[in-house]
Amino acid sequence: MSGRIRQLIVGDAQADRVVPPSGFTAQLTLFVAAAMAFLAVFALALSLASGRLADRWADELARAATLRINAPADQRAAQTAAALTVLEQTPGVASARALTADEQAALLAPWFGAELPLDSLPVPQLIEVLETEEGYDTDGLRLRLQAEVPGAVLDDHSRWRKPLVDAARSLRRLGLFSILLIGGAMAGMITLAANAALAANSQVIEVLRLVGAQDGYIAHAFVRRFTLRALIGCGVGVAMGMVGVWLMPAASDEGGFLTGLGFVGWGWLMPLAIPVLGALVAFIATSRAANKRLGDLT
Amino acid sequence: MIELDNVGYNYGGGELLTNVSAQLSPGSFHFLTGPSGTGKTTLLKLCYGALSPTSGRVRAFNMDVKGLDRDQMAMLRRRVGVVHQDCRFLDHLPVEENIALPLTVSGKDLGQEEANLRELMNWVGLSERSHATPPELSGGERQRAALARAVILSPEVVIADEPTGNVDWEMSQRLLQLLVELNRMGKTILVATHDLALIRAAKNQVQTRVLRISDKRLQLAGADL
Repeated sequence: MSGRIRQLIVGDAQADRVVPPSGFTAQLTLFVAAAMAFLAVFALALSLASGRLADRWADELARAATLRINAPADQRAAQTAAALTVLEQTPGVASARALTADEQAALLAPWFGAELPLDSLPVPQLIEVLETEEGYDTDGLRLRLQAEVPGAVLDDHSRWRKPLVDAARSLRRLGLFSILLIGGAMAGMITLAANAALAANSQVIEVLRLVGAQDGYIAHAFVRRFTLRALIGCGVGVAMGMVGVWLMPAASDEGGFLTGLGFVGWGWLMPLAIPVLGALVAFIATSRAANKRLGDLT
Repeated sequence: MIELDNVGYNYGGGELLTNVSAQLSPGSFHFLTGPSGTGKTTLLKLCYGALSPTSGRVRAFNMDVKGLDRDQMAMLRRRVGVVHQDCRFLDHLPVEENIALPLTVSGKDLGQEEANLRELMNWVGLSERSHATPPELSGGERQRAALARAVILSPEVVIADEPTGNVDWEMSQRLLQLLVELNRMGKTILVATHDLALIRAAKNQVQTRVLRISDKRLQLAGADL
């Protein structure tokens, strides 16, 4: 197998010459391969980014919950202390911390402005709860809080976390599915191009059969061409796609999800697999087309 | 070398050949003649496996041609040199490379065969035209190039279909001369032609047998020529 691949890459200068050069189909194959690879880079970036997003949301949000204490101003401190005690005693809670007035003000600032006189408003006290790996019994904690801290409302984020994580995951699925579609479309186009080339060169094939060329030799002459074209085309497409992704603004809090669309760390190596896969797709598609067509000849 | 045993061939519109039996023994020189359209080309194609008989059996080198797979068929073609009626070249390659094509496709090292190729080009008188492409050649040059290509792998059998069809008398003499020389080197030759003068000319130089197709059958014609 490795010998065959090496032979495919190194090639045989004489074998290459037996098939006449075909300018137009060659350029078309290159173009299709480049365009498909370019699209594949973006589909890959999308699915990687949405995958990261889904993981991050699922991970961070699953571990955190918020306890909100709605109590009259005079009881707030007492109830907060009681709630913290309850939380500390609950197995599965890693830490519980009441947010300071400044932190609460920072959270509200986007909505009410920085000048908000927090002291004069009945703002509920928030307690940030981080759970351990095992997690805690949500229903049990709720019941206990109900009894001991009547003003407390536990919000474990799962209500709004789930649809977001689901959305990110289906976005990743869509991205991966697009890559499959792109691969399939490329296989289809290369099969068409290979068939056109085989049909245009039917006389060449006939002459080669006549002088004793085996099917493998004839198929190889075509397969090698299309595989190399796909490899080069995909290489150009991937390079352009990667430059495009690289030029996108870096991930930032302000940009949110959109600017996170890109590759991170080892992720930058993944698009490099596209030309190899493209060449493999072309190799299989052309081999099949050539063998089918040769099988029809005497 | 090649045996036809009660071979029949049917194109779909009735029998073209029926009950054809013949044997090409090593070193023999056969002519195949008969009016056009009687199946000379078909019979030749049956001999080198381009067609398979609808009845009967064709054996080449003691192998049943029908039982050969595609790769074995390719190997058979390397042992049988064929000169086609219309030559069939790769028009984008120069004559020299066309003649060397059987070497190329069988994976031979062209560098080693260089001297052979030169000699062969010389023998068919095409040394001067080695860089011309096939469409630039005259009819006679094309036929000689096709003959050179047919014999470059040193096949045991050479089959030629109307090799003198498009060339003048002088050129057909020259081609015949080449075929006779091949026969003297021990090759088995089968030539289809409707040119009786050519057959007569050959009879003066080498022992030949003449097969004639008439009424769908193959007959040995001898004395009447």
